[in-house]
Amino acid sequence: MNRINRALAQDKKLISIYFTAGYPQLEDTTEVIKRLTDSGTDVIEIGLPYSDPLADGPVIQKSSEQALRNGMSTKKLFQQLEGIRKTVDIPLIVMGYFNAMLQFGVEDFCKECEAIGIDGIIMPDLPIDIFEVDYKELFEAHGLKFIPLITPETSPNRINTIDALGDSFVYMVSSSSTTGGQQGFGDEALSYFKRIADMQLTNKLMVGFGIKDALSFEQASRYTSGCIIGSAFIQTLTKTGLDGIPGFIQSLK
Amino acid sequence: MSKYSANDKGFYGDFGGAYIPELLYPNVEELRQNYKQIIATDDFQKQFKSLLKDYVGRPTPLYLAENLSEKYKAKIYLKREDLCHTGAHKINNTVGQILLAKALGKHRIIAETGAGQHGVATATVCALMGLECIVYMGAVDIERQAPNVARMKMLGATVVPANSGSKTLKDATNEAIRDWINHPKDTHYIIGSVVGPHPYPDMVTQLQSVISKEVKTQLLEKEGRELPDYVIACVGGGSNAAGLFADFMDHEEVGIIGVEASGKGVETNESAATTILGREGIIHGSKTLLMQNTDGQITEPYSISAGLDYPGIGPMHAHLYKTGRGKFVSITDAEAMEAGLELSRIEGIIPAIETAHAFAIFKYLDFKEDDVLVFNCSGRGDKDLDTYRTYFGY
Repeated sequence: MNRINRALAQDKKLISIYFTAGYPQLEDTTEVIKRLTDSGTDVIEIGLPYSDPLADGPVIQKSSEQALRNGMSTKKLFQQLEGIRKTVDIPLIVMGYFNAMLQFGVEDFCKECEAIGIDGIIMPDLPIDIFEVDYKELFEAHGLKFIPLITPETSPNRINTIDALGDSFVYMVSSSSTTGGQQGFGDEALSYFKRIADMQLTNKLMVGFGIKDALSFEQASRYTSGCIIGSAFIQTLTKTGLDGIPGFIQSLK
Repeated sequence: MSKYSANDKGFYGDFGGAYIPELLYPNVEELRQNYKQIIATDDFQKQFKSLLKDYVGRPTPLYLAENLSEKYKAKIYLKREDLCHTGAHKINNTVGQILLAKALGKHRIIAETGAGQHGVATATVCALMGLECIVYMGAVDIERQAPNVARMKMLGATVVPANSGSKTLKDATNEAIRDWINHPKDTHYIIGSVVGPHPYPDMVTQLQSVISKEVKTQLLEKEGRELPDYVIACVGGGSNAAGLFADFMDHEEVGIIGVEASGKGVETNESAATTILGREGIIHGSKTLLMQNTDGQITEPYSISAGLDYPGIGPMHAHLYKTGRGKFVSITDAEAMEAGLELSRIEGIIPAIETAHAFAIFKYLDFKEDDVLVFNCSGRGDKDLDTYRTYFGY
């Protein structure tokens, strides 16, 4: 069983952490993964930094710029991750923007991911219709789960179409917003979480965007399998460095 | 269906499409489903034509530049888009899109701008229609285009500095897209060029195609024929070029020439000649030719003209280039500045520096004496006086 599905099958609310590879220091990537794993993180999203991250707010933009200045590249990331499966057994997902994948070669990218032991890919700007026609078979052939996104504006029909494309989890964007923009959840967001949960999709649900502490984590995971935290974690890394990791994960529980 | 137009998914051959995050899907989809139908309504057409005529000042003249013709031994016409209200062709598009926005019930307008021309054209139509206007502009561009910032503010727009990335046009576009993600319901994004996700390249081309339609009628009057031998325009993102090329692309006997900015030269790191330096990639939701490093990180272009330093080109132009239908020439800063000076001195027309690039092609291309050339004189040089003055030391 794919590690993502194995994690989703557990009877617990999953903590999924996004971080930008090569940040704060170029060679921090694997150390961040290890410390996250040791601190009880359930899923890790490794962000491949991009010069023009359209779906991301200022925190992730800044960390991406810094990582690129540090010298991060697609090739470098794959080198850093070589051998990571000797020590880490939780699901690892690569998150990036499609142009980086396209320039590396989509097939080569998938091959590298498979060789490393990556379990899934999130590409916010790879639209589902193009994925389905051009890349679905390729992803499957390399054992990579495609994690699609939905937002509060996504219609029920389209949610069903999206649900049919994957068989792990759907990334529920908590509100119509770039990453890092929210201040906790109100009734509107909570009813959206419940509305989607009530659709009984094939895929499990993980909520991302705007989760930063135990309260927002509890709210967003009430009806779902767990939460994805990005900007708040990056801010912790910026302030306290890698030593802040265990405390941050603990603070979500 | 034209061979060189977008198909129903917005692809021009290999280029175009809508590579957008799901977060943008509802916004773009609403536009995609409605734009053709709204533009086709009598109501839209009536308002659009009326505003283009009485507000923008169309039709713009097709002027036979006799002195230039004499010098370069060809029959040279200038399509005088520089005489449009606000000083460039940009307003054709913003008038059209503001009507679309109103038809869609949007009351908040956002736009990106580089040199400020599109920002001014957007602020202008927002003032006219009484809609809120927010213009994203790179912090670096705000510094170097102060007069246009003042114009936008006078017109009632809010100018928001884009402080991300390189703080120029591409970053202003990123910020505008992020704003649109954060405001999916009440906001329309007026993109200023034939770039961005489908349907923008097609929609903006349609709105700018009034340029080529007028040329046909005017040329018939003056030359007894609708088709010139060549149409020539500068290309940054490529909206003035798309407008001039639109109705001629399917007439293979009309030569199409796009003129890019090579900045300090294509061999330097300071250039914006996308067809030469770019590779296929994705920028702002469109697959096109794009200046990028081997890793796919988008690189910062350079041109003395702030309107041409976009790291990609519209997907339609990428397709014209790849199929060989269009010829692309690149012109350095120095060549463009000299051409701008020459047009000023022999025709009494000070062109925008963007526009001046097109007039520098004679060094590289030969024409026959009876060839009819139509240049898009896309913008006037008022906004560039400081740059001209500094460059020539007046």
